[in-house]
Formats: sequence, structure tokens, C-alpha cells
Amino acid sequence: MDNQQLQVVLEMRGITKRFPGVLANDKVDLTLNAGEVLALLGENGAGKSTLMNVLIGLYRQDEGEIYLGGKRVEIHSPSDAADLGIGMVHQNFKLVRTMTVAENIILGLKDLPFIPKIQEVTKRIKALSDQYHLKVDPSAYIWQLSVGEQQRVEILKLIYRGASILILDEPTAVLTPQEAQELEHVLEILTSEGKSAIFITHKMEEVMAFSDRVLVLQQGKLIASRNTDETSPQELARLMVGREVLFRLDKEPCQPGDTVLELKDICAMDNRGLPALNDLSLEIKSGEILGIAGVAGNGQNHLAEVVTGLKKPSKGQVILNGKDVTQNSPLQMIQSGVSYIPADRIGMGAVGNMAVSENLSMKGYRKEPITRNGILQPKQITKFAKNLIELFRIATPTPATRIKFLSGGNIQKAILAREIDSCSGLMVAVYPSRGLDVGATESVRKMLLDQRQRGLAVLLISEDLDELLSISDRIAVLFDGRIMGVVPSEHVDSETLGLMMGGVPISALPDEAVS
Amino acid sequence: MIALLTSILAITLRAGTSLVYATMGEIYTENSGVLNLGIEGMMLLSAVSGFAAAYYSGFVWVGFLIAMLVGGILAAIHAFLSVTMRANQVVSGLSITLFGTGMASFLGQRLGPESNNYYLAGMVGPRLQTISIPGLSQIPVIGALFNQDILTYIIYLLVPLAWFYLYKTRNGLNLRAVGEDPQTADAMGINVTRTRYIYTIIGGLLVGLGGAHLSLSYTPGWSENITGGRGWIVIALVIFAMWNPGRAFLGALIFGGINAVQFRLQASGTNIPASFLNMMPYIMTVLVLVLITWWEALSKRIGAPAALSTPYMREDK
Repeated sequence: MDNQQLQVVLEMRGITKRFPGVLANDKVDLTLNAGEVLALLGENGAGKSTLMNVLIGLYRQDEGEIYLGGKRVEIHSPSDAADLGIGMVHQNFKLVRTMTVAENIILGLKDLPFIPKIQEVTKRIKALSDQYHLKVDPSAYIWQLSVGEQQRVEILKLIYRGASILILDEPTAVLTPQEAQELEHVLEILTSEGKSAIFITHKMEEVMAFSDRVLVLQQGKLIASRNTDETSPQELARLMVGREVLFRLDKEPCQPGDTVLELKDICAMDNRGLPALNDLSLEIKSGEILGIAGVAGNGQNHLAEVVTGLKKPSKGQVILNGKDVTQNSPLQMIQSGVSYIPADRIGMGAVGNMAVSENLSMKGYRKEPITRNGILQPKQITKFAKNLIELFRIATPTPATRIKFLSGGNIQKAILAREIDSCSGLMVAVYPSRGLDVGATESVRKMLLDQRQRGLAVLLISEDLDELLSISDRIAVLFDGRIMGVVPSEHVDSETLGLMMGGVPISALPDEAVS
Repeated sequence: MIALLTSILAITLRAGTSLVYATMGEIYTENSGVLNLGIEGMMLLSAVSGFAAAYYSGFVWVGFLIAMLVGGILAAIHAFLSVTMRANQVVSGLSITLFGTGMASFLGQRLGPESNNYYLAGMVGPRLQTISIPGLSQIPVIGALFNQDILTYIIYLLVPLAWFYLYKTRNGLNLRAVGEDPQTADAMGINVTRTRYIYTIIGGLLVGLGGAHLSLSYTPGWSENITGGRGWIVIALVIFAMWNPGRAFLGALIFGGINAVQFRLQASGTNIPASFLNMMPYIMTVLVLVLITWWEALSKRIGAPAALSTPYMREDK
């Protein structure tokens, strides 16, 4: 906003926040102008969220002051922040699923009459949603809404409460490219009315597309401030991790072999008995990575569960190496050489309270040398674990450390180590780099490419288009439990994928888009 | 025939009243996300202390007041354990039931007059009087609705008010949010801890009232195990009611109704063994509960508050 007179609305001075053993924020300064979109860029653990949690009143800073419109303020709670016009859209939305949009928007409001007049509230929400292009039905229940719509409710909630500074935590992580574009438009309208926004991210594209200015944090310190139009993704990446980052991984050409997995007309129901997969057919050859693109919640988890034997399809066939394995149990699938890297690392992939070594040997305990005559062999387990820890460079104090104390990236490496070690045919990886920082993401992707070189078939389910484009050989797009189309990854751009992710089948796209 | 129906309806309401209060209380507690399994013990202890208080003071209202106080204190202990100390709510609730049951039995053998060897059982104290509403109470069958004690009359108002409060007011909205999603409620500036304390204690007051209704109106006097497991029926009724006060009234009436019918059968000198008839209300409650929940599950209705029995802690590093 060059043509506007710069007016500082918020200033954070010398913010320091310590947690036991960690300096999360170290004398961080931040200024925000009216009508500005400010990006906070940094790796996991760089201190972005901590800084914003201080601003929103969830944490109390150990040192430093916050000034709002030039006046020093004390923020002790989110409702203090709300009174000062500061609101935050959290990464996991703060919405009550069993309540309506209108009920969520008025929830906890202090000046609400004892008996709220829902009709008046609805009217006001409608007016605001027209004004800011945030289309949403005030009487719909949250559970009925898509993730994109829920985000709109969150933004509406802040505007309804009179917020003039909006904090967005990784706002596009869950959106389709089209929805992300709509968000950009919404931000434009907001800033044109003098409201300001701060968003937390570790994605360069987001910084470049959305922000006017960017602050880079590294290990709790503010290390750079740039005007967005005077910097480049490469420079920002270097600032963020302190080294140049490969955006394209070197990839050998694909040499597909025999068909490993074939899915024929698979249908499956979700837990509520609603169709989750509809007549889905796919095949993966050895030495190939098949990427599955799609917005979360379009059947990805069900697909992975069908392939790993965790869920029985209601119709159709699963064929592994020419054999019908539709009725196989998860154990039989493991024994047939299928490995699984689940989306929920701590819930499904690892047992948080057990040692790294125990987690690593979890798939080998039926066999020697991990067990002998049904008795676990601790020495062998440690030896086996040490080998994998070294091979996969898992950063852990000892093999006996409980795995939940490792960072997300190292937990994921441990899971990958175990699954790669036990895999002999098909590797199913669901959101393998979700929530990991740039360094860990890169090594996870390299490991998957190595497996492809080893001649395994890899089914990669991801919501990160860059990941899909950079490592998979073919990409299938999943929407509403159906395959919208399968395209070779070299000949497709993210816009085409975005359209398919939004439910446009490949047959409806112009030819040049996919040729 | 009409006389029979009238009397069955009258007993139904009388038997259902204590259940309605206790169920209403537990619905409020559970809607805030706190599961209180201590109801059986709370009802027993309220029944004995309520009766003792009424017996010595001579005023039935003193009995009710003391009973509510006892229910409220036990609930506050549960709130402290499960909200502040974040203890396992099932364990905390069960220990309150164990404590309440034992304590009630003990007090029943110590609080009585010297002439009765300090036993309370067998003593006659003041009881809640039936108030017949002139005119209305003379209507055949329906008249039974207007031939009740004051606590039953209050129910007619309390149930719709409790429903309205829960679903149509600001406080109800905040309460349900705390039970569904305490993280969100906290972020919206609602005090989760305070809300859970308030509604757990309100629940306790109502449970206390329900317990005292047994010893001061329904079966006046104190006898061992006067609740006959009603505290557990309440837990079942809350599920049957899908955490909705309106349906709780219905559920309590079904239980009360079956009770009334089996009373009538016993009085008519049937051949069916009395213990089998006594068992009927409980068996029917279980059956109805299974059928209803099964049907609800099929129609994909929304069930328990999502955060029920989950302690809340603000995420912190």
C-alpha cells in the first residue's frame, strides 16, 4: 500500500519469551502498519506461533512491551486481545462443530443479551459476508461446512467482533489453490478498509502472493525484514534455514516395471455409512511413485486404509502382485510386503510412550532375531535400532528415549526407517511431510525417491502440490471419493490440478491443459 | 377403569419426580463436559440427611435445604477432583458413590433418636403434603396431574425453562460450547473452569433435591438403599434424553410409569413373584435405552457432548 500514508497500528518491542530449556522469542521487534499484510516466515520452532500467542494473550511475555496505536497495552487473555481489536484464526479452527455459524460467531460475546436475537445476528452476518465476499450460510452447522468455508466463518467471527488486526496461522495449508485465491481477494478488501493482517507461514509462495512485508524468524530471533516486492523466494528460503534449499530434487527418469497394485472399482463407506470411495480404479507399477492429490477429506484416508487392509471395501477388488487380496487383514497385507506411513504419526504410526528402539522393531517382533521362542531379545532390539538410527540419521539422545520426546521430523524419520526396512513391494505414505520443516521435508522426500529407485511402488497421498509435482511420476486427483483424472507430473501445472481438486473431471478440461 | 388409570398416572408422576430433578441436574453437569457417576451416592446421602434434618427441625423445607446443601458439597468435591485436579472422572464419580452409600448407611444408624437405638429407619417425620388444585384435580385421569406435591408442580415449569435456558440463552450457548469444545470456548473468552464448577454444583443441588424427594415425599422416612439404584437409572436417562431436558421428563415418566404399573399388579395379588415385578422398571429402562440409542445411532443424531469426561488444560509448552 504505497499510496497510503503509513500509520503504525501495532508495535511489539523487545519481546522475549522463555520456556523451560528454550528461548522461544529473543528480543523480537515487530511493527504493523494500517492496511498492511505482514508475513511471519520461519521453520517449525522458529518462534512465530509463540510471538503471536503473546500478542493474542495466550502467553505472557517475560520481557518487552506491546503498543497499540502508540499506547502501551497489557494483554492477559484472548478476550483482552479481542477488546483491543486483535483476533486470530488458529490453524485448528476454534469452532464448535455441533453449533451453527451464527451461534459460533456470537459465542462468548460479552455484550450479548441474555436471550440472543438470532435473526438480528443472522442479518448482520449476511451484511458482513456480502461486504467482504465471505459467502457462508449463517444457519448451517459447522460440521456441514468444508474447511474453506470454516475458515471464512473464522474470519467473519473476527470482523463481527470488530477486529482490526487479524492474525492468520498458516491459512492456506488446508485450501485448494482456488480457495487460496479467494482468500487473497478477501485480504485485499480487508486491507483496503484499513484493517491489517499478520500471517504465520513457512511457505514462500504464500509470502510472495499475499504479503506486503515479511519478517523472517530463526530460532526465536528476528533475522530479517523485507518488502515483499524487493525479495525472492530463494533469498527468503536462505534466510529461513540459513542455507540454500533445493526446490527441485534430482530425480532419475521413471522406469516402471510390473504392476504391483491394482484397484478395481473400489467402493467404501465411512464410519457413518456414507460413501467415501466411489468406483475408484488405479494401478501402480514398481519403480513408480503415484501421487494422490486432493483437498483433505475427499477419501484419502479411506483409500490408504483400503490398500493397507484396515478397511474392507464394500465393492471392488484389491489386487497385489496379481493376487486378489481384497479380504486380507492388515497383518496379511504387511506380510505381503505393504508398508504404511500413516497421516497420524503419534496416533497410528508410533507409540509415544515407548522407546525409539521399541518403535523401530515393532514390525519385526514376530520374527527372529527380535524375538526368540516368543521372548523379546533386548540386545538384538538395541542393535537393530542403532543400525536404523545411524542409517536414517534419526536424532535421538539414546535408542531408549521415549519417541514422543523427539521432534516431529525425527519421529517421522523413525517411522519411515521402520517401514522402509520392512517393505518389499508397496509403500503407502500419507501426508509424509506434513508439519515438518524444510530440512526434514527434504530428507523425507529423498527417502521416498530412494525407494522408487529400489524398485518399490509408492502410493503418495499428499496435500502439498509442490511435493506431488516434485517427486511423483504420475498424479491422480481425488475428489469426493472419485478419481478426477490421472496425469503425468511433468506435463501438468498446479492450476490444472487445482481445478481437478475442486471437482472438475479431466474430461471437462481443455486439451492443452493436460497435454 | 378410570380410577385405575388415574391412580397409575398419579404414581407415575410421584415416582418420576425425584428422577426428573436428578436427571435435570446431571444433564446440566454433563453438558458442561463433566461426567458425574456419583449420583447414586449423592441421592442416598441427601435422602438421609434431608430426612434427619426434617425430623429434628420439624420443617420439611429444612430437610430439602440440607439435602441440596449435601448434594452441592459432594458435587463441588467432584468438580474439584475432575476439573481442578484433572482426575479421571469415572473414578472420582464412583468413589463419591461408594462414599455416599456407606456414609448414608452409617448416618442412618447413628442419627436416630435414643429411643430407637439411634436408628433412623422406622421414624416418622414431616413429609411434603399433596396439594390438590380445586377443580382441575377432579378431572378424570388428567386430574392426577393436579393432585401432587409442590415439587412435582415445579417440574411442569422447570422442564421447559431448563430447555429454554440450555438452547435459547447466552448462558446455555456458552455452557454447551464448554462441553463440546473447551479449547474453542476458552479462545472465545469463556471461563471453562468456572463454567464447569458452576454447572457441576447446580447439578449436585438438583440431585440432592431428587434424593430428598424420596425420603420426604415418595416413600417418607428413611430405609436402607432407599434409592433402589435410581442414581444409575439417572445416568441411563441422560443418554436416553440425548442431553435434552425435554426428553429427560419423558424418560423419567416411562420409568415412573412402569413402576406404577408393577405396583398395581402387586396390589392386585397376581401370581408373578414380587421380586420379578420389582425388577421390571430396571429391565424396561435398559431395553428402552438400547432401542432408542440404536435408533438414534441409525438416524445419525448428534450424541454426547464431545468433550464429556475429558479434563481441559490450556495447551502450553
